[in-house]
Amino acid sequence: MDWEIVIGLETHAQLSTRSKIFSGASTAFGAPPNTQACAVDIALPGVLPVLNIGAVDKAIRFGIAVGANINRRSVFARKNYFYPDLPKGYQISQYEIPVVEGGQVTIQAGGAEKIIHLTRAHLEEDAGKSLHEDFHGMTGIDLNRAGTPLLEIVSEPDMRSAEEAVEYAKALHALVRWIDICDGSMQEGSFRCDANVSVRKKGSDQLGTRREIKNLNSFRFLQQAIEYEAGWQIEQLEDGQQIQQATVLFDPDSGQTRLMRTKEDAHDYRYFPDPDLLPLEIDDAWLERTREAMPELPAARSHRYQTELGLSGQDTVLLVSDRDTADFFEATLAEVAGGDRPAAAKLTANWINGELAAALNRAEVELAACPVSAPALAGLISRVIDKTLSSKLAKDVFDGLWKGEGSADEIIDRRGLRQISDSGAIEKLVDEVIAANERQVADYLGGKQKAFNSLVGQIMKASKGKANPAQVNEILKQKLDSR
Amino acid sequence: MIESSLKTLSRSLAEKKISSVELTRAYLDRIDAHNAEVNAYITVDAEASLAQAKAADVRISKGDTGPLTGIPVAHKDIWCAKGWRTTCGSRMLENFRAPYDAHVIERFNDAGAVILGKTNMDEFAMGSSNETSWFGAAKNPWDPTRVTGGSSGGSAAAVAAALAPAATGTDTGGSIRQPAALCGISGLKPTYGLVSRYGMIAFASSLDQGGPLARSAEDLALLLDVMVSFDERDSTSLKRPEEDYSRLLDAPLSGLRIGLPKEYFGEGISSDVRAAIEAAIDEYRKLGASTVEVGLPASELSVPAYYVIAPAEASSNLSRFDGVRYGFRAEGYSDLLDMYCKTRAQGFGAEVKRRILIGTYVLSHGYYDAYYLQAQRIRRLIARDFAQAFEQCDVIMGPTSPSTAFGIGARVSDPVQMYLSDIFTIAANLAGLPGMSIPCGTDGAGLPVGLQIIGNYFSEARMLNVAHLYQKQTDWHARKSPVAAS
Repeated sequence: MDWEIVIGLETHAQLSTRSKIFSGASTAFGAPPNTQACAVDIALPGVLPVLNIGAVDKAIRFGIAVGANINRRSVFARKNYFYPDLPKGYQISQYEIPVVEGGQVTIQAGGAEKIIHLTRAHLEEDAGKSLHEDFHGMTGIDLNRAGTPLLEIVSEPDMRSAEEAVEYAKALHALVRWIDICDGSMQEGSFRCDANVSVRKKGSDQLGTRREIKNLNSFRFLQQAIEYEAGWQIEQLEDGQQIQQATVLFDPDSGQTRLMRTKEDAHDYRYFPDPDLLPLEIDDAWLERTREAMPELPAARSHRYQTELGLSGQDTVLLVSDRDTADFFEATLAEVAGGDRPAAAKLTANWINGELAAALNRAEVELAACPVSAPALAGLISRVIDKTLSSKLAKDVFDGLWKGEGSADEIIDRRGLRQISDSGAIEKLVDEVIAANERQVADYLGGKQKAFNSLVGQIMKASKGKANPAQVNEILKQKLDSR
Repeated sequence: MIESSLKTLSRSLAEKKISSVELTRAYLDRIDAHNAEVNAYITVDAEASLAQAKAADVRISKGDTGPLTGIPVAHKDIWCAKGWRTTCGSRMLENFRAPYDAHVIERFNDAGAVILGKTNMDEFAMGSSNETSWFGAAKNPWDPTRVTGGSSGGSAAAVAAALAPAATGTDTGGSIRQPAALCGISGLKPTYGLVSRYGMIAFASSLDQGGPLARSAEDLALLLDVMVSFDERDSTSLKRPEEDYSRLLDAPLSGLRIGLPKEYFGEGISSDVRAAIEAAIDEYRKLGASTVEVGLPASELSVPAYYVIAPAEASSNLSRFDGVRYGFRAEGYSDLLDMYCKTRAQGFGAEVKRRILIGTYVLSHGYYDAYYLQAQRIRRLIARDFAQAFEQCDVIMGPTSPSTAFGIGARVSDPVQMYLSDIFTIAANLAGLPGMSIPCGTDGAGLPVGLQIIGNYFSEARMLNVAHLYQKQTDWHARKSPVAAS
């Protein structure tokens, strides 16, 4: 039987504010336990929450970026449950009226674009951490994370495969970093997903019973967890079993999901509006201010690169994968001399998506920490455009740039890498090689094309790779054919 | 001197007829001698108080003084005061020492006032008789076999027994006004949002409001000047132009329109109370006021609406008392759930547990609409009633409490009867309006009766004026309880 997998994601993006959502304590990661938990965060008697406007700004930015409706009045509610790392005994979240409703994200699915609709995005505070190791059977509580601002982004069940879910998560991940609302660090838990997974017979318009996989903090786990879970559900149904609504955890070691709780023991969170906080009112001026401060979004940039610079969709997808890359591309292109703009843009895109990306990967550094600056790369590309460098030599020069040996021109001069384009000099080399290789010349004239390539190779070798290959080809052919 | 008004005490201090240390010591001595009779204080720390008094004397010697500099004030044990044990009347916080000052405490400290001690109260301010305190009931200085009212019973008893010149309280459903009435003193609950709730241990956040208790309206005005101030740490704190609450005290009352809600004079109020209230209103007529009957039809729903909203908020507010980070933790638990259950079962008293259960129930899935949302609708109706009434009158008057102080233990077994003690005070909290109580007579047994004055939003200065001119004509507020006289 043919099954269809249906997936919706709930994504928690930690908003990159300096202080917490309802207190002045720092949100910096990695401090010693409980050193960044103030009276409000540890819920001393008598303390009260005060909303961090910076967190709201970031939620609005997100809403604008996904074309959502920004609710002019939203309400903070209390979600009540007991847990040792939840100091107040309730989490402040938005329930009935979230700050952001609707919106959509476009992903690439099977070579085509697909729209994933969003249900909502709401502001809430994170809980602390329970540490079960190192305490001899007891549990340690670290409240540094308690009160960290989160934007919970809820998608519609629009995804039909683990790959689509990963594509969506990646698109969202790129977007929140692009608009500078989240640092996107999945290792530090700044960006994590819950996946609601169900299966149904192909062609059915009824949703199956879903199980929610909690807390997936890498794209790989997201993919593995959904694949395992969907397979498990299909197996159950084919065995004539029913799926019970449940929350499950993914175990990366076994690659399996396991039951955490079923619907029967689900909490009744007793949501009600938090009387300590007034409804959040967003007026036109606030919205306008935020809209004006928005960076150009990836889709707009991609469109601009294609229409104004003639880049291909494939080139631009990579360039707009994050804002640093796109900014780096523009900064580089602005400094590239010579050539027509589309040609310069294409060459610049190739360098950034190719050699530079590979080097960053090898060195495991982010673009922000790249040892090659945009102007430095532009200097190199300019020498390729004016044919000073062959593409092979350009790679050597790039190597020098990476190692900090100075500008492209300095490296070219120091290493004597300037391409030989002087036809007199090339002719001399050609003549020498022809004179020294009478047999190969004869082979070529006898119809062996291979012999020509061998001669070219020897000329290039004699020039230490500096001869302009196109010219070498041209002159050699001319000389041989005239014999 | 012990019976002097704050204004007189302030003048004596400024003129160096007495030092703050002497004044504070005099009160501490009285507390030593008489607190056992009324159980007004949970915590007294003479050393800390005298250190503050000493600092106040230095300020006075430099001429750096305000009206409350050097004056000892008792604080309800609901306010966090740095270094002071802050129990909220509960076993749960029996040994909790607050590491920070409430905004109100900061304001008193900045004014140079002296913290005289922390006063008894119903546990987490849940009660109308002070009998739910883990530290035992406070006793009425007029008759120690009777209740003080609550929840600010200790503060009311301290002032009525002359164990403090003034005190702070909090009022969620009448917790300042009702004990003020039952103990024969003056008390005021300001408009919701005027006094910061930061550092005040929450009972029902949308209703809780701090306010002063004192011997006269004139004293209340001075205390209010200190207590009212915008605080960015409380999101419900209101930013208002600064006010001098004494500025209208002596304004004439001619033309004052007093609204008399028929619902406040119906069945269920004792004849002695009714007689005292009617006499007080006659006095106002003599002062030039006119009266008009007004209707507050939704007010009969105020007790049921309150006993949905207040427990709902309380059930959530009190979740933080879980034994994990501070406060009481039970011994001998088997796992986390057992620790929670035992800690909360042993740390909270019966009334607190009752309200947590009610609140948990009304917020539960399937009941929320029928209880919580319905109660919020009633709340809006009540506010609308008042808005309509204030189109016809400047202040509303009636009894603060349907009866005078009842016997300790008399209503303990009947929560509904106890809840009805607040039938006239709750509506002001639901609407967020200011309300006050001033003594206006006694019953046959010589127990005080309180006149309630409810004003429109932000009309505290006018209300104090209304109260003050009555107190200039009458001496009910100046009468001394037997403990105060001893």
